[in-house]
Parts: sequence; structure tokens; C-alpha cells
Amino acid sequence: MTGGADQTRRSAQESDRAKVDDGPAVRLDGVSKTFGSRCVLDNVSFDVPAGSGFIIIGRSGTGKSVTLRHIVRLVLPDRGKVFVGADEISGLTGAELSRVRRKIGFLFQNAALFDSISVGENVAFPLRRHTRLPDREIRDRAAAKLDSVGLGAEYDKMPAALSGGMRKRAGLARAMALDPPLLLVDEPSAGLDPITTDEIDQLLLDLKKRGGTTLIVVTHNIPSAKRLGDRLVMLHEGRIAASGTPAELDQSSDPLVRAFMSSQHSG
Amino acid sequence: MRLYDLAIGILAAAGDLALFGFRAARESLLPPFEFKETVRQLYELGLRSAPLIMVSGMAVGVVLSMHTRASLERFGAESMIPAGLAIALVRETGPLTAGLLLSGRIGAGIGAELGAMKVTEQIDALEASAVDAFRYLVVTRVVACVIALPILTTVMNFAGMLGGYIAESAATGMSLTHYFNRAFSLIDMTDYVPATVKTMVFGFIIATVSAYLGYTTESGTEGVGRASTRAVVMSSVGIIVANVILVRLIFFIFPKAAGG
Repeated sequence: MTGGADQTRRSAQESDRAKVDDGPAVRLDGVSKTFGSRCVLDNVSFDVPAGSGFIIIGRSGTGKSVTLRHIVRLVLPDRGKVFVGADEISGLTGAELSRVRRKIGFLFQNAALFDSISVGENVAFPLRRHTRLPDREIRDRAAAKLDSVGLGAEYDKMPAALSGGMRKRAGLARAMALDPPLLLVDEPSAGLDPITTDEIDQLLLDLKKRGGTTLIVVTHNIPSAKRLGDRLVMLHEGRIAASGTPAELDQSSDPLVRAFMSSQHSG
Repeated sequence: MRLYDLAIGILAAAGDLALFGFRAARESLLPPFEFKETVRQLYELGLRSAPLIMVSGMAVGVVLSMHTRASLERFGAESMIPAGLAIALVRETGPLTAGLLLSGRIGAGIGAELGAMKVTEQIDALEASAVDAFRYLVVTRVVACVIALPILTTVMNFAGMLGGYIAESAATGMSLTHYFNRAFSLIDMTDYVPATVKTMVFGFIIATVSAYLGYTTESGTEGVGRASTRAVVMSSVGIIVANVILVRLIFFIFPKAAGG
């Protein structure tokens, strides 16, 4: 019974992955968003190929996180459309929205761990909600995810007992809990030491290369962006100021892009 | 002009709150039901409020009994003390006091918890995890409060009568059996049922108002504090105002409850 449920879940995931693989994993088509009188995104369009690493860089307050929030429909565009695979997520509600969101893992900038349950139960939460696995299996999987981010011993601790960097890693473990084909990561290296940053980068690279996971990462850490990114876009004042491979952006003649790409900022 | 803006702002907030409450009521009746989380909320909001209700109920019973004795002694009607106290408790004092106490404990709790979850993006994290956050956080609390309030009010009534017995026993040495026989001699179901059922409305008001304020919190930790305070104030005022309407409605539907 358990094996059957597990197999059903796996084949559903494979079918989800196949669906994403058919075209771009994510597509933004002329997305604009204004908060009050401030235009945060202005006619932003891009495609993210399935299985690639797509990095969004730019100065603070240029709409990077808002872009990620559009992809999981936490924010609705004023104009334009957002597609996840073949589904226009900006037009979905209810069970259909839930189906698409299960294909997406999201690491929030401040981790956003549920502070009323333990770190391990945070990671187990998506498994408890969306699978019918037995409790023991869920605990084992959650523990394995925590182990992969170096927090294997912290299962029973409460989120408040963790440092900022540890919370971030626990948030990443939760985002990976359902092995989603699409992972959205908001500033993975913020608050982490350089060694842990490298470890997290390696983990994300493994997910991309071995698991075929599509990564969309917002970061200020340029060395990390170059490691993870097949393609980078730079947002400036709500618009795409530059777009290309890391090597192409390194050669850019735009002073702003050059200044950004040559920075060694690691946070 | 500022007065006009203020009036528009208040009306808009009242409209938002009404829509929020309507959505909570509608979704509480439609599947899927969050049984596990609702039971957890019943424990957190209901069972964990029981000590507060019992202690307060007993204290209210002792004080009511002392006041009733002081009044009835003048007319030589001390034998009516248990029945008078029971009627006062069951019809009005128990439901209203329980409602106000719980608006403090539960209202502040829901306002602060949901407010903190909002400003730390935990509500967004729930949504991103393909969980209907409104159903998971709001509907479960509303259902738990609607179920818990009548039960806690009944606990309050009994605790109040027990407090009355302690005061009466200390004054006259009356036995427990004799006291409760007298207390229940004049009460019937039209005293108990409508007054207790109305606390379901109190539960709905406390949970909806507090959840709305928490769910719409902005401005960081300062906003959380404000949501918590407002939750207590607004749900208390809501209960008192709703009580006036509900008592009038009860008297209309059950004329016997009005002594008619």
C-alpha cells in the first residue's frame, strides 16, 4: 500500500517534470507590477529553460524578489502573464493552483520557517500535506533533507534556537522536501559564511545536474551567480538591464553591469 | 476632508471585515476540512482556556453570591440565593463574562500569532507550499472558537455556581446537594440553551475579528502589537454590541426567557 502510494507520487513527479521539460519551465510575458505609486516591474519578459540555472541579479529594491513571488503567484501582475510549464499560474485558483504550486519549491529571503513546529517538522510539513507516506518514512525523508544541508542533528530544535544561516539552510531543506522540478531561491547565501555558501551552491548544482531541477536564484553574490547560472538577467529600476551567460555579462560595455559583475560581494 | 477620508477608511475596513467573516463562514461549511488543525486549535484555544474560565467563574460566583445575599437578606429571601445566582449566571453573567475573558485570551493570541506569521512571511510560505492558508489558519480558528465558546460558557456557569456554593456554605453551612437542588429549581432549558448558543456568535466574532487583524497586519513588529491590542478591543466591543441584539432576539423567539 505504502509502496504503491510512493510509486504513484514518483510517477506524478516524473509526469510533472516531463510537462515542465516540454517547453520553458517558467515564462514571464510582459509582466508589470506597481505598488502604490512605485513601479516595481515594468514589462518584464523572459524564458527559463527547463533544467537550467537562471540567476536574477540587481541592486536592492529593483524587483528581484517580487519577480520570484510572481512565479509562485504570491503576487499577481497588474499586466502580463506568468507561466509555469504550460500553466498560466497567474490565472489559476483553488485545486489547479495547488497542483502547480506542488511542483515549486520556494526558499524565502528570511527562510519563513513555521516557528510553532520543530525544524524537522518544518521540512516534513510539505510531505505530511501532500503525500500519504507513513510517519516513519516522512521523518526519515525530512531527516535526510536536513542532513543534506548540514542540519542532521537539529531535527527536534525549534526554529528560534537556530542561527540565521541555519534557518536559511533549514528553509532550503523544506523547499526541497517534495523534490520539486522547479526551485525558487531568494538570496541563498545571505547571512552564510563562505564555506557554507560553497556547500549550498554545490547542493544546488547537484540538484540541477543530477536531478534536472530548474533553478531560479535571486542573489547579490556574483561568484555564486556565476557558479550556478547558465543565464543571468540583471534587473534595474524594474526593467531587464542586461541578459546573457555569465561570460557575456562579464564582457558587457554597460558600466553598471560591469561594476556588478566585477564585484566580489558575497552576501 | 480628513473626516470624510476617515469615514471612508472605516467603512472600507468594515466592508473588508464583513467579507472576511462571510468567507470564513462559507468555507467552514465546505470541504476539504482541516480536521487535524481544527482539533489542535480546539486544544489550544479551548482546553487551554479552561483554567482561566474555571478560576474566574468561581470568583464571579463568590462575589455574586455575596452581593445577592446582601440584597435578599433585606427581604428575608435568603433561600432564593442559589436560584437567583444560577439564573443570573446562566442567562447573562456566564455567557458575557466568558465571552469577554476569552476575547482577551483568544483574541490577543490569534491577533499576535497570525500577525507575526504575516510579517515573517510564514503565511506566504504556507501558500507557496500549496496550502490554502486562509482555510488552514482562519477557518480552523473560527470553527474551534464557535465550538469552544458554548462549552467554556457551560464550564463558567458551573464554576460560578460552585463559587456561589463555597460562599453560601461559609455563610450558612448549606450542603452541596441542597444548594444545587435549589439552584436548579427555577432554571429550565429556555434559560440555558439560547443564552449558551448565543456564545457561538461571540466565538465567531472573536475569531473573525482577531484573525482579520492578524491576517492583514503590516508594518513589522509594531503592526503585530497593534493587531493584538485591536483584536482584544474590537472583539470585546463586538461582543457587547452583539449581546444587545442577541438578547433582544432571544426575548423575541423565546418570550418565556423574558419572563413573558
